[in-house]
Amino acid sequence: MSRSPDKLLEVENLHVSFRAQGGEVHAVRGVAFDVAQGETLAIVGESGCGKSVTSLAVMGLIPRPHGKIVAGSIRFKGTELTALSAKKMRRIQGTDLSMIFQDPMTALNPTLTIGSQLTEGIVYQKKISRAAAYQRAIDMLEMVGLSNGAQRMKQYPHQFSGGMRQRIVIAMALICRPSLIIADEPTTALDVTIQAQILELFDQIQKETGVSMIMITHDLGVVAKTADRVAVMYAGKIVEMGSKRDIFYHASHPYTQALLNAIVRLDLPSDTLKPIEGAPPDLFAPPEGCSFCERCPFAMEVCRHVQPPATTVDGHHTAACWLLDKRADGIRQKVENY
Amino acid sequence: MLRFVLRRFLAMILTLWVIATLTFLLMHAIPGSPFNNLNGKVLSDAAVKNLESHYHIDQPLPIQYLIYLKSIATFTYGPSIKQPSQTVNDLLGRGFPVSFELGLWSLIVAVLSGIILGLFAALKHNGLIDYVAMTLAVFGISIPNFVLATLLIQEFAVNLHVLPAGTWQGVSYMIMPIIALATGPMAIIARLIRSSMLEVLTQDYIRTAQAKGLSPFIIVMKHALKNALLPVVTVLGTLAASILTGTFVIEKIFAIPGMGKYFVDSINSRDYPVIMGTTMFYSALLIFMLFLVDLAYGWLDPRIKLNKEGK
Ligand SMILES: Nc1ncnc2c1ncn2[C@@H]1O[C@H](COP(=O)(O)OP(=O)(O)OP(=O)(O)O)[C@@H](O)[C@H]1O
Ligand code: SF4
Ligand SMILES: [Mg+2]
Repeated sequence: MSRSPDKLLEVENLHVSFRAQGGEVHAVRGVAFDVAQGETLAIVGESGCGKSVTSLAVMGLIPRPHGKIVAGSIRFKGTELTALSAKKMRRIQGTDLSMIFQDPMTALNPTLTIGSQLTEGIVYQKKISRAAAYQRAIDMLEMVGLSNGAQRMKQYPHQFSGGMRQRIVIAMALICRPSLIIADEPTTALDVTIQAQILELFDQIQKETGVSMIMITHDLGVVAKTADRVAVMYAGKIVEMGSKRDIFYHASHPYTQALLNAIVRLDLPSDTLKPIEGAPPDLFAPPEGCSFCERCPFAMEVCRHVQPPATTVDGHHTAACWLLDKRADGIRQKVENY
Repeated sequence: MLRFVLRRFLAMILTLWVIATLTFLLMHAIPGSPFNNLNGKVLSDAAVKNLESHYHIDQPLPIQYLIYLKSIATFTYGPSIKQPSQTVNDLLGRGFPVSFELGLWSLIVAVLSGIILGLFAALKHNGLIDYVAMTLAVFGISIPNFVLATLLIQEFAVNLHVLPAGTWQGVSYMIMPIIALATGPMAIIARLIRSSMLEVLTQDYIRTAQAKGLSPFIIVMKHALKNALLPVVTVLGTLAASILTGTFVIEKIFAIPGMGKYFVDSINSRDYPVIMGTTMFYSALLIFMLFLVDLAYGWLDPRIKLNKEGK
């Protein structure tokens, strides 16, 4: 596949494994997606489906030596990241490609001032003067909604609340003006009102800077608020991908449908809520066929033995399910009436 | 901060008073008088009486106690009983610089080499350097300093003739005593640094630093080491104390004219003023070091507020 000019990031056939006690964990198994300029791609899925591992792989932060990108390609602005030396990768990390981690309580170093943590990246990477970095850091704090920056720069992380710390982490990710930010569950550790504020902040930042984002979450509410496009992950694979509309109104994969059904809908009587039964498969020994097969109400014989290929539903909306195969037309009829 | 210093100062005075009182009681619990055998001469009863009144030893204990406290408060311990030509302050003034040099260098060597050893062990976790460093550390912790001292003398002074066996006349005289004193604390520090470093390196903020594209060197020195040092600082007070007591033995083995020698001699001969002076001096020194350790702790970990309650 050749690079399309508006694609900032293109991931193809990504496989990541970890050596662990009892064998090898196949955490990510053939993931492919892309992110265009200025766009937000949400990656959703249950805990343990490989969302964080995917984002760490893109960032070049898979913990070595026990973790490894086994196969696949990650192209960022046309550069193949998997082929870069650690040194060359460091020039991209934090400058053009930034990451925001889940827990703002632990993501900041407790023994260094906010100022030191905010400015160190840009001073090291862009070789600008400390004074210039200092001014830029104060501007960034202002941008994420923290006034009185000069005083805050001297403070330590423990002097801030969780929401403020996440704002600082966001300022830190923005300081070198990256083209792509990966936010790994940036609101999970925060309480609900703060969550809404932080999501609003992302929206505002994107309008001001045009930065692209990968928003990793297991919360469909966050997807609804932030995403342009959505990738649904299950057991190390992307099972469905499409625009936000495609996913919310025309979900085609039984797992996506189950996720949507599992949301508590206040406008429906409570007996229509269907939790997803069962647990995801063991990633030490991934199933031969469709990984959702054990929990899928529509599983067929073929699902057990052959992995379903990604099939176009329409336009850019794809799903990996045998029900979408032409040969399953009759069954699909029954399912739709289910 | 100022309140913290003031409170600590008061606590120090109180601690010193308790130590002084205990020393006084223990001193007088040792049977015998300092004049039983003065420099090998047996004295007449009249002479002993005379001397005892000169040193106030004939007074009732409460009075002696008050005189004792007063002399401590004013740093006037008076002359040594055994060497009347010298005041206690003379002895301290001569012995302390030597002991201080020995102790301080040992502490510096122990801390620096311990940190370096532990750091390399952690960064090459489960590699050859790690195994070598940790084997060294186990030896260092298990060999008592006086055994190490005699082994060193045997090897480097007696067999190889490369280092002088004793006294205190220059750098080459310092090498063996410092190694003997520093090895144990170094081993303890190395093991502490290794384990705390391994833990710190798995923390989220290390990954945040990596995501900024900082070099591994900056990440270790700026983000990891400062956090990994905390447990070391905690034991630094104890280590300093063990080096201090270690100097007594090591000074004896290497015939170093430090304070430890006077201290041990004074107890053996019940030289009350010297016991008093050296004990109070050592105590004040140790308490002051613990105070410095607390200050260092506050500097390393800003979450510990020195001016708030609970330290
Ligand atoms: N460092 C590691 N060593 C071994 N296994 C790992 C490691 N990191 C992740 N894994 C495994 O990879 C799989 C995917 O983990 P990942 O952290 O990507 O899940 P996630 O989708 O981010 O889940 P969550 O919503 O809980 O954050 C899990 O089965 C996990 O056990
Ligand atoms: S492929 Fe089969 S088992 Fe998998 S989701 Fe589709 S119908 Fe269910
Ligand atoms: Mg995760």
